[in-house]
Amino acid sequence: MSGLFKSEIKNPVINWIDCRLPLFTMMSKEYGSFPTPKNFNYFWNFGALAMVNLVIMILTGVFLAMNYTPNTTMAFASVQHIMRDVNYGWLLRYAHANGASMFFIVVYIHIFRGLYYGSYKAPRELLWQLGVVIMLLMMATAFMGYVLPWGQMSFWGAKVITSLFSAFPVVGQPIVTWLWGGFSVDNPTLNRFFSLHYLLPFVLVGVIFLHIVALHITGSNNPLGVEVKGPADTLPFHPYYTVKDSVGICVFLIVFSVLIFFAPNYLGHVDNYIPANPLSTPADIVPEWYFLPFYAILRSVPNKLLGVLMMFSSIGVLLVIPWLDTSKVRSSRFRPVYRPFVAFVLPICLVTLGEVGAHSPVGIWVILGRVATAYYFFHFLVLMPVLGKLETTLPLPESISEAVLKAKTLKKAEAV
Amino acid sequence: MRIARIALMGALLGALVHTAPARAEVAAQSWSFDGPFGTYDRASLQRGYQVYSEVCSNCHSLKYLSYRNLEDIGLSETQVKAIAAAATVPGDMDENGTVHDRGGLPSDHFQPPFPNDNAARFANNGALPPDQSSLVNARDDGPDYIYGVLTGYVTPPAGYIVPDGMNYNAAFPGHNIAMPQPLQDDQVTYTDGTKATLQQESHDVVTFLTWAANPELEQRKRMGVHVIFFLILLTGVVYALKRKIWAAVH
Repeated sequence: MSGLFKSEIKNPVINWIDCRLPLFTMMSKEYGSFPTPKNFNYFWNFGALAMVNLVIMILTGVFLAMNYTPNTTMAFASVQHIMRDVNYGWLLRYAHANGASMFFIVVYIHIFRGLYYGSYKAPRELLWQLGVVIMLLMMATAFMGYVLPWGQMSFWGAKVITSLFSAFPVVGQPIVTWLWGGFSVDNPTLNRFFSLHYLLPFVLVGVIFLHIVALHITGSNNPLGVEVKGPADTLPFHPYYTVKDSVGICVFLIVFSVLIFFAPNYLGHVDNYIPANPLSTPADIVPEWYFLPFYAILRSVPNKLLGVLMMFSSIGVLLVIPWLDTSKVRSSRFRPVYRPFVAFVLPICLVTLGEVGAHSPVGIWVILGRVATAYYFFHFLVLMPVLGKLETTLPLPESISEAVLKAKTLKKAEAV
Repeated sequence: MRIARIALMGALLGALVHTAPARAEVAAQSWSFDGPFGTYDRASLQRGYQVYSEVCSNCHSLKYLSYRNLEDIGLSETQVKAIAAAATVPGDMDENGTVHDRGGLPSDHFQPPFPNDNAARFANNGALPPDQSSLVNARDDGPDYIYGVLTGYVTPPAGYIVPDGMNYNAAFPGHNIAMPQPLQDDQVTYTDGTKATLQQESHDVVTFLTWAANPELEQRKRMGVHVIFFLILLTGVVYALKRKIWAAVH
């Protein structure tokens, strides 16, 4: 195939470009008229919110990097310089630091949405797996970003997390030395973490692009979990979902602003306002809140290697849930037995793990951590395959439009 | 659906509320900079600076601040120039390689009391007085905690043995603190006639140190009120638009 694309755009300048590079036609097809299920609830805002969050992170990050110095003797002071001397530097830094927390809040809800409505099931397996890769990349990026201010938690967090790799027999210690670029966490470590912290977000952009391409091939899932049957089930993305996403973006920005302007250090750790000191270990080394559940899994296992493996497999297991879940029904709305487990027990298990991760592993915290870790794996490895086979599901609606109509008539009847 | 939503909100709230590590109890004080509309009490800031410069600065540096920053607490340009000029700062190097000291300028950073950490430890019985630029942010409940330490030098409980060279402090974790009691009643004579009780001095210097750690606080909170007010309006408008666009579908 060669020759120009037949653009239908009226404006002659845009038409001329569109015939040669049909970006305008593509955007209008993918974001204008794109047929989208008509029954989304506000949980379907979180993909767009994550996108907005990423843009905020990259923009604030680029300007922070202009004023930051990745050197162990100057990093802490350069962050103080950003906070005190750079015009609106405090705003950039507080937006970036709290933006990381907001990003994880948004992405965790986005993932929960996928779990609850079964969005990972065929034909969306690859879409889901790309999402898990995105989360892993986010975690690596966030971890390395937290090291850059070179405070006490930066240094000791870096030391603890990189040392995890030493659990592997034979290759462990060489891997750690290789990661550090020396025999301790030092200037080479800080330098490479800065480089990677700047690089990985753009890798993220690439994987997110694939995530969206895959989404636009299969189309979105929806709260009913039944596939789109025809035009009656869908609405064009614009203006219906552009405006609905905008409502969510406004609310997101309000929550974000409360953090930035009124509680900028609430989610941080006070020890990171003390310059890194390799000779003085903080009383408690705690990761950022979004890593706490995984940290708890790590510390629930008495064996170091096993703990590391369990922690990695707690994320790895997500890659295979499209095949672990044997239920033919996607949405938990129609799965009366599975529903309380995914809506209540799993979130409670994760919050418990988060609490456990914030406490020293003594007394009750050890037991709680082990019970919650056991449930986490039980949920995915046992409950999902077994319940899917045994459960009697509720009858599914014929189509999205039928279900929407029925709900509307019911509402009217109630009103009368 | 509703169940899922409630569960998720609960989960998030739970995740956001983390408990602080256990340490000595510190009573909460009332501060002018508390709350969404908080500002710094200028008179207290200036008294606090007086306490810092007459007492704290003998051992504690404030190295991330510049003298010019003092204009924020209400000192005039002339006052700031005079304060800076009283400091000795290493100046230019001549052609023989000798560095000549000069008087400080408002653009200079606060000069530290000791040339380096080893000198500071040597002068303080082995303990290093921490830099105070961000000290308030580096402690849980920073203002209340530092106030608690400054006012926490009490007689140890019967039978408590204070190690040699240490002092008993009710608010300090572990209770044995290297710093001797820095403030007492009438430690300073306030130029504005305020009675210099221990509580007053502590309150003032903590206000000053909170400003030193968060000089942007007033601008930040003022901007926050505007931004959130605007966003709430915008949310209303966008939500109305959403209802209008979706009216035909619902």
